[in-house]
Amino acid sequence: MNHLSSVKHVIIVLSGKGGVGKSTMAVQITLGLHAAGKKVGLLDVDLCGPSIPKMFNLEGRDIHQCSEGWLPVYVDKEQRLGVMSIGFLLQDLDDAVVWRGPKKNAMIKQFLGDVYWQDLDYLIIDTPPGTSDEHISVMEALRAYNPDGAVLVTTPQAVAVGDVRRELTFCRKTGIPVVGIIENMSGYVCPHCSECTNIFSKGGGKALAQQNNVPFLGSIPIDRHLTLSLDKGENFLESNPGSPALAAINNLVKRFIALDKDLP
Amino acid sequence: MESVPENAPEHCPGTQSELAGKASACEGCPNQGVCSSLPKLGPDPAIEEIRQKLSKVKHKILVLSGKGGVGKSTLTAHLAHALATDESKQIGVLDVDICGPSMPRIMGAEGETVHQSGSGWSPVYVRDNLAMMSIGFLLGSPDDAVIWRGAKKSGMIKQFLRDVDWEELDYLLVDTPPGTSDEHLALIQFLSGAGIDGAVIVTTPQEVSLTDVRKEINFCRKTSLPIIGIVENMSDFICPKCHKSSVIFPPTTGGALKMAETLGEKFLGSLPLDPRIAKCCDEGKSFIEEVPDSPAVTAFMNIVEKVVSYCNEFVKKTEAETGEAMDFS
Repeated sequence: MNHLSSVKHVIIVLSGKGGVGKSTMAVQITLGLHAAGKKVGLLDVDLCGPSIPKMFNLEGRDIHQCSEGWLPVYVDKEQRLGVMSIGFLLQDLDDAVVWRGPKKNAMIKQFLGDVYWQDLDYLIIDTPPGTSDEHISVMEALRAYNPDGAVLVTTPQAVAVGDVRRELTFCRKTGIPVVGIIENMSGYVCPHCSECTNIFSKGGGKALAQQNNVPFLGSIPIDRHLTLSLDKGENFLESNPGSPALAAINNLVKRFIALDKDLP
Repeated sequence: MESVPENAPEHCPGTQSELAGKASACEGCPNQGVCSSLPKLGPDPAIEEIRQKLSKVKHKILVLSGKGGVGKSTLTAHLAHALATDESKQIGVLDVDICGPSMPRIMGAEGETVHQSGSGWSPVYVRDNLAMMSIGFLLGSPDDAVIWRGAKKSGMIKQFLRDVDWEELDYLLVDTPPGTSDEHLALIQFLSGAGIDGAVIVTTPQEVSLTDVRKEINFCRKTSLPIIGIVENMSDFICPKCHKSSVIFPPTTGGALKMAETLGEKFLGSLPLDPRIAKCCDEGKSFIEEVPDSPAVTAFMNIVEKVVSYCNEFVKKTEAETGEAMDFS
């Protein structure tokens, strides 16, 4: 487990609700920190639905072993952005991982203990939705390493906010600090008439943050170029300068960069 | 089998396994002696109890997706509303998303509580002929988190299937969390006696979602669960101002239709993104009744029709295979 002791900051991306953009945010934060010159690792502990390999266009890559443990798959040549996901361990992309809790827990322990990240500035952990095995295991394993905390992602509608409220309780009960709440999919600008529609309502994330006295990290508008670039595994930061979603994401990343300055 | 204890060593074969007490993982486990000497129980008696309890449920349908937030609960709720417009039909909805139950809100039943009667838990009725059950009804506050590992979730699902007093139902719709793990295995296991008509699989058009959904289809095949068909949700967005359509989640690989064709599964239809649907779900209303003019309603009713005809066919086929008529009297 000592591979994590050389990691400066650990951030966990959580949400009670599925499909709100946990992986999307995890990828964008990772890319943003990487662009700012940080050395970043991204660990995907969604074992039944790993989307991270696809979002980096790393599908089909294999994990290599060295004497220290598993080597993450690197996105860049300089090896400053490493990724680890169960997707790299599957024979076939369509293989279902039909595992019950104990087996998932064992896998997560291996991911947290055996991956040789080397010296990282940030380790971002992407999780599946819920408050169950994966989350309990990650929290238990990380407790000794004083993680910076959890980022909660929600969409604005009440149905999603309802589940994220439970996730806040989870953070409180497991003693993990909450870095803040991100509201994703906050409005969509029609490409024909530029009318902004709040498809999934508006303001739910901000209200939740205020009610619970946790920082609100900003809202990210729906941008079809963002979904598109993740589907293709492109770097959204590079391919779409000028997008309003990008500005919101950059603001977010600044918050995380600030975490690094706070420490000696 | 529901037989791996919480505190078992890694790779424990399960206390009910043939290998219990004999596998390499059992070396050094304090329970090794007990496991190897005790007689195996055989199948869980709950499977038979559940079969009897659900013997008056004509059709059992699961709503599945590998991906979260694609609209499983929205689809389940509106499938239920649509089926319940026929007042002679009795509909039940069971929400097995233990950690993120959204059904109570979508069905407008938040804050309701379930009552215990002699014959089990009585479900919450949202209409005269539409009953539902969710863990949301058992929680004290909307902030309560259910921080449970798999074994405990499976136990809860067993209770839901065995102890809810549905009486007679034409359709039981089961809404699931995303993934292919404990909840899904528990459903397949505990319903193995009662039988499942099939699963409706929901996805959004983009490849990131389809990748996960292919895994779910593989899961259905591995567990021999019939697939009713695939629904594509959030296919396009009609601007409420200019009424032109645009695509938010681009189908870079041909979307659900192409995937269904490639995998040889039935495509049930696609549903557009309509902000009024999300609003209806937040307010616990049925969009079929609230916004009957939405193109989503027409598309949706089409899907409902296909599901109903599948179920009727399924019963006929089962009757032909078993040679006996199903008696629901």
